[in-house]
Amino acid sequence: MKTFAPFADRVLPWLTGIAMLAALGMVFLYVPTERVQGVVQRVFYFHLPAAWMSFLGFFTVAGASASFLWQGSRTADLCAQAAAEVGMVFCTVVILTGSLWARPIWGVWWTWDPRLTMVAILWTIYAAYLLLRILGGDSEQVARYAAVLGIVGVLDIPILYISVRLWRGIHPKVEQMAPEMAWTLLVCTAAFLCLFAWLLWLRLCHLSLRAEVAALRRRAVAVS
Amino acid sequence: MWALLWKDIRLELRTKERMASLFVLALLIVLVFVFALSPERLRSPDVSAALLWVALVFAGMLSLQRAFLVEQERGCFSGVLLCPFDAGTVFLAKFAGNVLFLTLVQVLVTPLTLVFLEVQLSWSLLVLPLVVLLGIIGFSAMGTLFAAMAVRTRAREVLLPVLLLPLLTPLLIAAVKVTSAVLAGAAWPGVWLRVLLAFDVLFVITGWLIFSQVVQE
Amino acid sequence: MNNWVIEAERLSKTFAWMPVLSGVSCRIGRGEIVGIFGHNGAGKTTLLRLFATLLRPSAGTLKLFHHDPRDAQVRRRVGFLGHDSFLYPDLTPVENLTFYGRAYGLPQLAARIDAALERVGLQGWGHIPVRAFSRGMEQRLGLARALFHDPDLLLLDEPDTGLDPQGTALLRVILAQARSQGKTVVFTTHDPAFGLAVCTRVLILHGGVIVWQASGNLPSVETFGDIYARSTQSASRMEH
Repeated sequence: MKTFAPFADRVLPWLTGIAMLAALGMVFLYVPTERVQGVVQRVFYFHLPAAWMSFLGFFTVAGASASFLWQGSRTADLCAQAAAEVGMVFCTVVILTGSLWARPIWGVWWTWDPRLTMVAILWTIYAAYLLLRILGGDSEQVARYAAVLGIVGVLDIPILYISVRLWRGIHPKVEQMAPEMAWTLLVCTAAFLCLFAWLLWLRLCHLSLRAEVAALRRRAVAVS
Repeated sequence: MWALLWKDIRLELRTKERMASLFVLALLIVLVFVFALSPERLRSPDVSAALLWVALVFAGMLSLQRAFLVEQERGCFSGVLLCPFDAGTVFLAKFAGNVLFLTLVQVLVTPLTLVFLEVQLSWSLLVLPLVVLLGIIGFSAMGTLFAAMAVRTRAREVLLPVLLLPLLTPLLIAAVKVTSAVLAGAAWPGVWLRVLLAFDVLFVITGWLIFSQVVQE
Repeated sequence: MNNWVIEAERLSKTFAWMPVLSGVSCRIGRGEIVGIFGHNGAGKTTLLRLFATLLRPSAGTLKLFHHDPRDAQVRRRVGFLGHDSFLYPDLTPVENLTFYGRAYGLPQLAARIDAALERVGLQGWGHIPVRAFSRGMEQRLGLARALFHDPDLLLLDEPDTGLDPQGTALLRVILAQARSQGKTVVFTTHDPAFGLAVCTRVLILHGGVIVWQASGNLPSVETFGDIYARSTQSASRMEH
């Protein structure tokens, strides 16, 4: 964590800022308007990267959880928690942007399309994860439970994916994209990746500081 | 493992509280639905299938909680952990106990539900027990894992359903689909059975492997 | 001496990320009867539960009988009695012991159960659910449970609580028997008169570390009282 700190503190905010500006510029100025769906389709350049980042977040939870269970490092545990929170933020962005898009295109705010269903269930799984952290209290025991949930959650994803796919029939596949659109999507993804890394880093720093403060406070109580 | 299972059965025979409460709860849930829905809707196989599984899930949740609450009193679970078998065995025993109790309850509740819902008897119903058993296995596998955690946290009553239900979604979708196909006498839903089976295998193995991480403090 | 039963090296344990034990190292050999003293919250129970493998150490290593304690065959040789009796209140003593007997794979269960109940003075109570038992009776039965599979290492957490004078006498007999059979016993207690009478080695635990220990020629109860007061005091001053 220490070796990564100078890079994360100095470079990541700038990188994220520049990438975000570039992404915004491309979404609003560069990329042509989609023929059928019109302007509202532009939300897709935020929607899809956000979905990817939420997946990345949830896989990070599983990885960090496994590392915590088998190596017992506190940082891995905090990293899992930070990743779950950041993943949840992106997951919420996915649902909101998806809703905004669905209203003019499909005529409804929400429908039980397989992907929507999938995202909604993932959202509840990781909401449960955070709830376990909050309700369970701050202890090794709960950290261990959360780690098990983080791992089981990711194991659940493939089978969940299959079943929601079968449940509602197969969704229309991705259409051919114009090169400008592909480029925009790529830049947006890069920007979101930077944002993801930065948020994760900030949250991790915050959580470890909080743990340190809690430890100091307990020590103060023990001494007095 | 047999020692553990024997002990759970013995406890149940002594108190009878788990089976009795499960049975009554499952039946009440079915009745609530019967009163809440109009008779025409009740005859739809989709609704009957959903109803069967809702009753099973809530009764099952109670069963899981009981399974670990009896271990909490007088620190008994520590006594179990002291015994010379590994955590995976404890998992399998608790899992088997849950499958056993839930199956026994369903042996009574499922036929009663079918009668209440005026389901037409047909030969295709003969596979229903298999479907219910597969569902119970998957439910108990994942449930045992999370009930062991939930009972040892502060918010045990809230936490178990909150943790369990989202993760059970694939199982529930598959189970309801198969059941409604069976009730409707429709074509054999092979693909859904495979999903059920995959879920069962995946989470029995996961639970068996990861249980030691849950039980040791 | 090469037959160490317990080898603990810098054992630490945190609860809610707060250290309860911070680096306890000790070796306990075969045939030793070790008494652990200390204030409430000194880490006595935690240490015993670590020895019993009910807790996993946050740091440090523990070996029992020269083996990794997570090995199920090592646990077979350990008997543990904690604050809780680990008995199912809705089962009778016979059912409880049958369960533990089967779990340990013991032969001739019926005869063993009779003998175990008689040993702790509970003959005739075998078929009454444990819920009806008094604290002292449950403690006796808990002792019978811990001894049931004839462990080589016996860990007793405040075994004298809740026992009447007869019960305490019984406990002394059991500890003496264990000693004559070359078994190892580690127990915690708050009662120096009881503890010093039965043990061969004394440890004082304070603030999660061993602050004083003696073996062989043990001090009298009065001197021990002074030592106890001094060592728990000086150690807490060091903490500042």
